[in-house]
Amino acid sequence: MNLLNTFFNLRVLWESLPQLLWGLITTIEIGIVSIIAGLIGGLVLAVARLYAPAPGKLLIRIYVDIFRSIPLLVLLIVVYYALPFVGIRLSPFASTVTALGLVSAAYTAEIFRAGIEAVPHGQFEAAAALGFSNRHTMSDIILPQAIRIVIPPLTNNCINVLKDTALASVVAMPDLLKQATQAQALAANPTPLIGAALIYVILLWPMVAVVGRLEKHLSKGRR
Amino acid sequence: MGTLISIRDLRKSYGTFAVLHGIDLDIAEGEVVCVIGPSGSGKSTLIRCINHLEGFSAESAITVDGIKVQPGAALARVRAEVGMVFQSFNLFPHMTVLRNVMLAPIRVRNAAPAEAEAKARDLLARVGIAEQAEKYPGQLSGGQQQRVAIARALAMEPKVLLFDEPTSALDPEMVGEVLDVMKKLAGTGVTMVVVTHEMGFARQVADRVIFMDGGRIVESGTPADIFDTPRHERTRSFLRAVLNH
Repeated sequence: MNLLNTFFNLRVLWESLPQLLWGLITTIEIGIVSIIAGLIGGLVLAVARLYAPAPGKLLIRIYVDIFRSIPLLVLLIVVYYALPFVGIRLSPFASTVTALGLVSAAYTAEIFRAGIEAVPHGQFEAAAALGFSNRHTMSDIILPQAIRIVIPPLTNNCINVLKDTALASVVAMPDLLKQATQAQALAANPTPLIGAALIYVILLWPMVAVVGRLEKHLSKGRR
Repeated sequence: MGTLISIRDLRKSYGTFAVLHGIDLDIAEGEVVCVIGPSGSGKSTLIRCINHLEGFSAESAITVDGIKVQPGAALARVRAEVGMVFQSFNLFPHMTVLRNVMLAPIRVRNAAPAEAEAKARDLLARVGIAEQAEKYPGQLSGGQQQRVAIARALAMEPKVLLFDEPTSALDPEMVGEVLDVMKKLAGTGVTMVVVTHEMGFARQVADRVIFMDGGRIVESGTPADIFDTPRHERTRSFLRAVLNH
């Protein structure tokens, strides 16, 4: 059995391709829902952290720190296997999206906070001096400027979330990786795994390239 | 004319360091007051307390047009009546010049966008930059940006305008164009409080000049009082130092 036939068996790849593509759709579904949940959660946390009274600020900081420290795989297993003991039974999809969303919200909150802090203080003062409400200060003045700053790190975070969707396979979610391992077992050949790896790269490479260009572009604009 | 701004026993400290040591000051409607003094004398802090960009000690009291300046719901009302022009302009860089000027009336005063735009164009013409309306602040010179900032403050039709060293960040050849706009403004009867190092402007335009040092008002009077016959040695030495350059 030669190497090519083992790892790049075209017949096996062709036969497993439909299964892999179904997995890809699931992966993208998990990714998009988690990314949106993380973005909304992160933005709410970052703005709340700015305006909340001191105890609220502390709670948000604790949340952000905990969910950035806990390994995602551990959190996912806790959500899926431990929560049923207290009567919370989530489907594999809901468990994955919950775990990914909670962690992504913590990272996104930090990214937005850094972005908001990078907006010069004079912008807050000018808005305050004109009588803007906190809401309009954020929506008209601060966030439009902060979002430009945070687009590269936010895109990076999206890439991480999409990669981490592969962990869903441990809670029996038929995502790209799970489909690949099943196809591998069926065909007694690892080619579907290689196929899955290639699909991940094809999916994410353009995003990685875009981040690189954005970072270069923004650092040029600042000089 | 009635008192527009009343400041009573204004005290402020950063930790144990006192910046303002109990300032009493009344400013009448239509009055142009210039505040001069060395760096660190508390003059910027004084005017930043008027719209509560700086908090101050609880026993102090400031009222603007009868409204007490304090954190809470009434503060936005005070701020809508108090325009401010900053040393570093603080224009909103992601909006056109026109939008910079028209946004606050729309958001804070609920003005109709078309009306706000017409007024903004009118104000930009008054400060001499009507043709820059569609540009972004970053494409303008410092002097032009500061004139936009003045138009932005005027768009709210404030009862008083505060100027915090409006020409200190400008290239020397642009100082004149900003001071000219401010002189015209002073002639229209707007109440103005100007923290400045431009002694010529203060002498020519102010109804009253206040000299501050060490967080206190050392003396105040007409420009002639302060510049020609200062009573305090500290005022004399300050003026000697700044006027002999």
